[in-house]
Amino acid sequence: MDNQQSSIINQQLKVPFMSELIAKGETPEILFWVGCSGSFDDRAKKITKAIVRILNHVNIKFAILGTEEGCTGDPAKRAGNEFLYQMQAMQNISVMNGYNVKKIVTGCPHCFNTIKNEYPALGGNYEVVHHTQLVQELINQGKLKVQGGEFKGKKIVFHDPCYLGRANNVYEAPREIIQKLDVELAEMKRSKANGLCCGAGGAQMFKEAEKGNKEVNVERAEEALALNPDVIAVGCPFCNTMMTDGVKHFNKEEKTKVLDVAELIATANDL
Amino acid sequence: MISCIIFCLLLISASTYFFINAKKIKRNILLGRKIKLNDNKNKRFKTMLLVAFGQQKMFAKPIPAILHFFLYSAFIITQIELLEIITDGITGHHRIFREALGGIYTFAVSFIEILSVLAFIGTIAFLARRNLLKIPRLTMNELNGWPKLDANLILIAEIVLICFIFMMNGADEVLYSRGLSHATNLNEGSLGFSISRHLGPMLYGNFPEGGLHVIERIGWWGHIIMVFGFLNYLPFSKHLHIVLGFPNTYYSNLKQKGEFTTLDSVTDVVAPNFDPAYVAKTNPNNAQRFGVKDVQDLTWKNLLDAYSCTECGRCTSACPQNITGKKLSPRKIMMDTRDRLTEVGNNIDANNGTFVEDGKSLLGDYITTEEIWACNTCNACVEACPININPLEIIVEMRRYLVMEESQNPSELTNMFSNLENNGAPWQFSPADRANWAKE
Repeated sequence: MDNQQSSIINQQLKVPFMSELIAKGETPEILFWVGCSGSFDDRAKKITKAIVRILNHVNIKFAILGTEEGCTGDPAKRAGNEFLYQMQAMQNISVMNGYNVKKIVTGCPHCFNTIKNEYPALGGNYEVVHHTQLVQELINQGKLKVQGGEFKGKKIVFHDPCYLGRANNVYEAPREIIQKLDVELAEMKRSKANGLCCGAGGAQMFKEAEKGNKEVNVERAEEALALNPDVIAVGCPFCNTMMTDGVKHFNKEEKTKVLDVAELIATANDL
Repeated sequence: MISCIIFCLLLISASTYFFINAKKIKRNILLGRKIKLNDNKNKRFKTMLLVAFGQQKMFAKPIPAILHFFLYSAFIITQIELLEIITDGITGHHRIFREALGGIYTFAVSFIEILSVLAFIGTIAFLARRNLLKIPRLTMNELNGWPKLDANLILIAEIVLICFIFMMNGADEVLYSRGLSHATNLNEGSLGFSISRHLGPMLYGNFPEGGLHVIERIGWWGHIIMVFGFLNYLPFSKHLHIVLGFPNTYYSNLKQKGEFTTLDSVTDVVAPNFDPAYVAKTNPNNAQRFGVKDVQDLTWKNLLDAYSCTECGRCTSACPQNITGKKLSPRKIMMDTRDRLTEVGNNIDANNGTFVEDGKSLLGDYITTEEIWACNTCNACVEACPININPLEIIVEMRRYLVMEESQNPSELTNMFSNLENNGAPWQFSPADRANWAKE
C-alpha cells in the first residue's frame, strides 16, 4: 500500500487522539483500545507499537483515547470487586458513548472480553475485535499483504490466551495469520479449547501464587519448549510476560523468543 | 398371585421412597437464588441433545468415552426390557411382549444382550482404571472415603445386574429348548437371544428342570430388585448424573464463557453517579448479600450443577492450579457444594421444614479461601465438564463475598484495587502518562 514508507523501520508512528479528531470534526473508523499493559509495561508497549505500525501501514483511520482511557475493570471483576469494576466500566462507557464509538480493536484479550461481553449490560454496545481478528480481516480484504520475512521456515508455536480462546472461541484468527508467514506452525498437546492458562488470569498477575509444587507459567513454558520452537507466539500482554519468564526459567531465551502475533507481522514485513 | 402382590408392594414402596427423596432434592435445589433460564428453548434443547444424549464432550477422551457409551446405551435400551419385567410382575405373565412383538422382541432382547456384554467389559475396565491402573483424577485424596466407595459400589452393582440378566435369559433358553419355559412357545426351538442361546446351554445345559426354574427366577427377581435398589440409591449418590445430566445441559450457560454475571444490586449503587435518571433494577427491601457465603446464596443452577456432578475429575485434571500442586480442585468445589446442601436439607427436615442456623457455611467450613484465591478464571474446568457444570461461577461469587462483604482478600490485591481506583490502572502509574508510549 504505502511501499515508500514501509521499508523505513522505526518510522515515526502516527497515533491520533480521539479528542483531537473529534475537535477537527473527524470520526475515526475504529478505536484502538490500548489497555493498561500496552500503555505502561515496557515490553507490552512494543506490542502496542507493532499494532500501530500495522494500522498506519494500511492507512486505517483510527484513534486512541489516551489519558481518557482507564482500565476496563477486568482484574477487579475477576477478583470479585464488582463495585470497582462497574465504576471503571461506566467511566469508560460514558467516555466512549460520548465519542459515539462504534468499533473497537483491543491489544489485549482481557480488555476484548470485558468490553465485548460485559459492557453491554452497563450500556456500552460496540463491535469489538481483538487485534489478531483485525489483522486477519485486513489480510482477507487484501489491504495487508504479508510475507514471512525473517520468520520464513521457522518453527512457531501459538499459546492460546484463555480470554481469547475458551472465553470467546477465537482460535483460528491468530493461527491463520501466523501461517501466512510461511512458517511451521506447531501445536502443543494442550491447545485451543484445551489450552493451558499461562498463570496470569483471574488477577493472579497481581498476587503471589498459592502454595504448590510448580508455577503455572513454568508448566506451560515447559510444554511449549518441548516442541523446540524458534518463537512462542502469544496474543496477550500478560501471557507474554508469563511465557517470557517461563522461557527464562529454562534458560532458553537465546533460542526461543516470545513474541506477540502483531510483532510477528510488523517485524516480518518491516512495517 | 402371591408373587404379583409381593411385586406390586415392592414396586409401590420403591417408587414412593424414590419420589420422596427426589422431591427433597428438588426442594434443596430450589433453595438457591432465582434466575431465569427458560429463554432460547431451541438452542437449549439442541445443547441437551448433543451434550447429554449425544455425549459430545465425553469424546474429548476417546477411550473412557467409548467405555462409558457402552454403559450409557445399555442403560437406555434396557429400559424396554424393564417395561416388560414390570408388566410381567404386575400381571403374572412371562415375557408378555414376546408373542405380540415376535421378531422385533427377539431382536430387541438380543440387542440388549450385546450391549450388556459391552457394558460388562466397560464396567470391568472402569473398575480397573480406578483400582488397578489408578488413573490420577480417579484416585485423588478428595475421593477418599465415601466417594471412592460410592463409585466402586455402582460398578459392582452394574456387574451383578448384568449377571442377573444372563441368569434369567440363559436359564429360560435352556427351559425353552426343553419345552419347559413359561414363555409362549412359538415353535422356534430357541428364544433366539444373541448371547443367551449360547451362554445358557453352556452354563446350565445339564441342570434339572427345578434348578433351571430357580435360576431363572433368581435372575428375574434379582434384576428387578437391583433396579429398585439402584433407583433408591441414586439420590444419595454421585450417580444421580444419569438423570440430572439431561436438565443440567438443558439449562447450560448459552453465553460466551468469558462473560461473568453483572450484579444489578451493584449497578443500582454505581449507575446513579453517571446517570441521574437511572431507575433501580432491584428492590432495596429485598437486599441480598453480595456474592456467596453459603449454598442458599448460590443460584438454583449452581445447586443443580452440584447434584449433577459425577466426580469424574476432568475439571480438576484440566485446572492449571491443580496441575501445579495447589489446593484448588474444581471437582472438590462441586462436591463441597453438594455436601453442604445435603447438610442444609437434612437440617430443614429435622426442624419441621425450616432451616435452623447451624453456625456453618459453605465458604469456611467446606471451601477455604486458599482454594478460592488460587483460581485463574481460565474456564478450563467449565470446558472440560461433560455435562456443562460451572465451578468457576461459584468461585467468583465467593470472591465477591470475600471482597465486598468481608474486605478479605490477599493484600496484593488491595494494592491492585487502590491503584485501579486512583490511577485507572492496576499498577502505580500516573494516568497522565498513559499515552506516553506514543512519544517514546
